[in-house]
Amino acid sequence: MSVRDEVLSLLCENARHSIADLARLTDADESEVEETIEELEAEGVIRGYGAVVDWRRTDDEPVRALVECNVTLDRETGYDDIADRLAKFPEVESLRLVSGDYDFSMGVRADSMGEVSRFVAEKVAPVPEITQTVTHYLMATYKEQGIEFDDGHDDDDRLSVSP
Amino acid sequence: MAHVRPSERTQRVPPSGIRRFFELAEEIDDVISLGVGEPDFTAPWSAREAAIDSLERGKTSYTANRGMKELRNAIAANVAERYDLDYDPDEEIIVTAGASEAIDVAFRALVDPGDRVAVAQPSYISYVPGVIFAGGDPLRVPTREADDFKLTPEVLDEHGADEADALVLCYPNNPTGAIMTREELAPIAAFAREHDLTVLSDEIYAELTYGREHTSIATLPGMRERTVVFNGFSKAYAMTGLRLGYALAPPETISAMNRIHQYSLLSAPTTAQYAALDALEHGEGAVAEMRTQYDRRRRFVLSRFGEMGIECFEAEGAFYVFPESPWPDAEAFAEALLDEQRVAVVPGDVFGAGGEGHLRVSYATGLDDLREAMDRIEAFLE
Repeated sequence: MSVRDEVLSLLCENARHSIADLARLTDADESEVEETIEELEAEGVIRGYGAVVDWRRTDDEPVRALVECNVTLDRETGYDDIADRLAKFPEVESLRLVSGDYDFSMGVRADSMGEVSRFVAEKVAPVPEITQTVTHYLMATYKEQGIEFDDGHDDDDRLSVSP
Repeated sequence: MAHVRPSERTQRVPPSGIRRFFELAEEIDDVISLGVGEPDFTAPWSAREAAIDSLERGKTSYTANRGMKELRNAIAANVAERYDLDYDPDEEIIVTAGASEAIDVAFRALVDPGDRVAVAQPSYISYVPGVIFAGGDPLRVPTREADDFKLTPEVLDEHGADEADALVLCYPNNPTGAIMTREELAPIAAFAREHDLTVLSDEIYAELTYGREHTSIATLPGMRERTVVFNGFSKAYAMTGLRLGYALAPPETISAMNRIHQYSLLSAPTTAQYAALDALEHGEGAVAEMRTQYDRRRRFVLSRFGEMGIECFEAEGAFYVFPESPWPDAEAFAEALLDEQRVAVVPGDVFGAGGEGHLRVSYATGLDDLREAMDRIEAFLE
């Protein structure tokens, strides 16, 4: 793997690795790692850094929903145009065009079920190109970005010293 | 007065030095252990599911003595593809309860009382006892740090291995992390041919090399007929507790080994055989991922030791590095480090001749713990 690929893969696993550790882990110079990250950011490959949060363990668990959106296209309006419009709403956490029975899969986040419902009814459904929405409230998250939200029962039970 | 008298053979083997360190480490809380000789990963989920599925289908009987035919076929295909090793699944492969059983059975099948068996050291702690239990005389051949702990014909000569009947070697090596390339194995092969040595090659870490592909000594000219290759699923697939390994050798050797295996084990654990079969069929991605993680940690640990001024040759295999002990007495250092900073490493002399003054540091530990352990070692040195 190139240093670029290694750095990207390491940051995907843990964006909090220090530059010094990234250099040690990839056998590269710190300056090379720094330049690589700057490059990845400038090129728009890396779009941001965030924490993977198990909201159930917080005091104010937000309400999240997946909204299926069906749209109709015409000569002037493509998927990208509709997506641009939807993505602008701060309530929209994620937006993906998918294959299958509907077009967009939209992640929505708000403080209450009422807020999510109002958002879908008042902001999303009225968009002229949107023909139908189906809202699924998220009930539980078991795994996100490769991280399992279990109770960490896979503790290390190996012998502490072995041949 | 004891009614049972242990055999003289068991009394010839001293208790292992590993055991002593294990007991010391167990007495202290919050130890970060870099003393573990097995992967920190768990077996691929797909292999675990295959084991569960086999139980649900009621596959709880013995298998053929040599292992399930399907598994032997899969092993044959795998070693042919990965290491260019060509073995007949019916006559030249035996599946065992871990590579450890295969090694023990091979000693008992190939070593007669009084036979001399050269053991390249430092190395896994079972070879010398195995030779003794089989009635043979072990001949310890220390490798040298100057040679990056690779075996050379010079040390073989120097320690009288030309008079031996067999030679045991393990590359990629536990505890040093050394590997040997085809060019480096060639003079060893020549030595074995010249002095008519049977070679027992423990290749359990074959999948864990970084940068260079593993070469089996059995693929060198004239070596297949005199070599027994040991491998298994413990290290590559993180399946240590499932106890499954195998040996590859010409028909007469496998047949002799099977004569012992069929009376002692009968057959390797059936559930584990199903897991292994799945691992060979679907485990490639999991192995590649583990290899990537080990390699990162290897670089990390080598860099940190370098920054601390600890001398350490660049290990290229297994999941160990073998730095020089900052104090001349490695055992004293390891004990003090455990005591004061709660980090466990294993003094190198536990692994035999040539290991003195060194420490085995395992990086089969998550990166967070590894980082913390390195910080503690650094603090200890200051």
